[in-house]
Amino acid sequence: MLTLLPAATSADEKQLSVYAPVATYALPIHERSGHEYVGLLELLEPLGRVSSEASAGRWRIRFDAIDAEFVPGKTRARVQGREADLTAPFLVENGRGFVSVASLGTLLPRFLGSAVNFHESARRLFIGDVAVRPNFRLETDPQPHLVLNFAVPVNPTISTEPGRLRMVFKHDPVVAPENANTGFDNRVITQATFSESNGVAELEIRTSIPLIASFSNNARTITLSAAPAAAGSNSNSQPAQGGAPPAAGNPVTQPSPSPSSPAPAAAPQNVNRLLVVVDPAHGGEERGAALTDKLAEKDVTLGFGRLLRHELEVRGFAVLLLRDGDNALTSDQRAGTANVTHAIVYISLHAVSQGNGAAVYTALMPVAAQSNGTFRAWNSVQASALPASRTIESAIASELAKKQFQVREAAASLRPLNNVTMPAVAVELAPGPGGLLDLASASYQQKAAAAIADGINSVRDRLVAQP
Amino acid sequence: MIPRSLFITMAIMLVLVISLGFYFRRMQQRAYEVEPAATAALPVTPPASGPTENVTLYVADDAAAELRPQSAKIPLPGGRQQRAEELLRALLRIYQQPGAAHPLAAASDIRSIYLVDPGVAVIDLNAAFADQHRSGIMVEQLTVNSLVETLAANVPGVQRVSILVEGKPRETLAGHADLTEFFDVQTVGQLVGGQ
Repeated sequence: MLTLLPAATSADEKQLSVYAPVATYALPIHERSGHEYVGLLELLEPLGRVSSEASAGRWRIRFDAIDAEFVPGKTRARVQGREADLTAPFLVENGRGFVSVASLGTLLPRFLGSAVNFHESARRLFIGDVAVRPNFRLETDPQPHLVLNFAVPVNPTISTEPGRLRMVFKHDPVVAPENANTGFDNRVITQATFSESNGVAELEIRTSIPLIASFSNNARTITLSAAPAAAGSNSNSQPAQGGAPPAAGNPVTQPSPSPSSPAPAAAPQNVNRLLVVVDPAHGGEERGAALTDKLAEKDVTLGFGRLLRHELEVRGFAVLLLRDGDNALTSDQRAGTANVTHAIVYISLHAVSQGNGAAVYTALMPVAAQSNGTFRAWNSVQASALPASRTIESAIASELAKKQFQVREAAASLRPLNNVTMPAVAVELAPGPGGLLDLASASYQQKAAAAIADGINSVRDRLVAQP
Repeated sequence: MIPRSLFITMAIMLVLVISLGFYFRRMQQRAYEVEPAATAALPVTPPASGPTENVTLYVADDAAAELRPQSAKIPLPGGRQQRAEELLRALLRIYQQPGAAHPLAAASDIRSIYLVDPGVAVIDLNAAFADQHRSGIMVEQLTVNSLVETLAANVPGVQRVSILVEGKPRETLAGHADLTEFFDVQTVGQLVGGQ
């Protein structure tokens, strides 16, 4: 029996999945006084320009051109001058504002101006017309096989066990088919059941034989058919973007290479676009620098990373955000995940309270360990990509300078830069003219993120031409 | 017969002497109580002895984000290892002065430096050096570069430098600068020279 690959979010950790045309992401749910809450700033950040401030006992937020005002402990808020009722009192913790999850269905349309479909019990939020409804077709010639069609490419985690095959959609806006429970008049493939909970959707296929899943039509079609008789194991799991090819006898096939461990927080869905790996540094117990008494580096890098993902996606890049929650990753895990993606660039994001502006770094290579034949030393794999890394460093620094950031370029012994095979840079965001408050400002972060995305975009052709 | 006025004066003086005795004893006890706490956070470093020599220290400047060579005349003992230790302690004293351009905690110290042939230097920092170091890519890298470059410039033959904390390997100085690998003196030198 094969072991299950680790998931980015533990099974008992509550999360809210958000699917929007510009971004797909998951946010942690916080429970207070019997209510489920989510950070409003974190929720809106990937969707547009957002900033917040707390003063005179009120918490104000500006999203694009929409202003809203909340009062801690109260259930009444004002959005664009109009009152809005919350299902539970508004909370402020460490300067961050939290709204009850049950309020989102009515509150969010006021900010977004577009339709919001909230599957509250499943904690899945669909913004705009993004939902994807699968279509089943059972064919019996020459062998029974089930064809699932989706309107957009999908990327489920697939696992099998005796009598069933499960497809878990963590990052895809898949919703229930016309019949959530579909029976088939077939002895081999008998039933397909859709369910959704805790931010993920699941399709379970009942079967009397081991099945193999194959992808086609640019990951829009999944065909489930009988596994080869030689299949030796009867239970396994692979993320659809899983890096290593399936082992011999493994009845699950996957369309593209991807990381083996740990599972990334989000995965690019369009394999034709150039991929950028964005790595918000620190996370979990590793808080990074204490930027203020209440503001940790790990929180700034996460918000900054989400904004950078958005800016890159707007410019046509696919983005793999290595951390999309408050989870810890080791340097080796970050490098290992990035190295199997064949991305054109890896960006590590940091924040610091000293200095001002931003600094862009490439790897300061240590004394290289011994390479052995075709195996290159782990501590110096970046060496061959260093010239390209410096090209990107200069491009990003140039764009930051254009946006009035005081910027420095340097080399630093900062892991995992030296462990990454692709061009790799780190960006350290320091306070701007507004001082330390800038670091928590979404508009300041967004300005830096736009500059970084512009910098990468400006050397896109040269990166593609890299061997 | 002792005059009454003289008797009273002597009595007053006696009372004063006894009171002052108690007071001084009390003050002395207080000084003993306070002194250990005041010195506990400071490094215990024997004063260097030996003839003074001219050395070049590479001193970090946070505002400029660079190292600047600074000449200094410091007493250096005879042994190669002790010379290296005194050299870096002289560097630390600059960082521990009020208003330093790259401040380090007052309790920061070099526990020891091991010079291992061929060309390897191992710097062993005390826990306070790392634990109380400011966190950030630039500030940590400046510290590392300053130690490596100062050592390399004044101790001939050093090609690679490793940094330990309390005698043990440590992943990072304060969350960023990687301490798990050997620093290549030539690479760091190019970095410093290229600033």
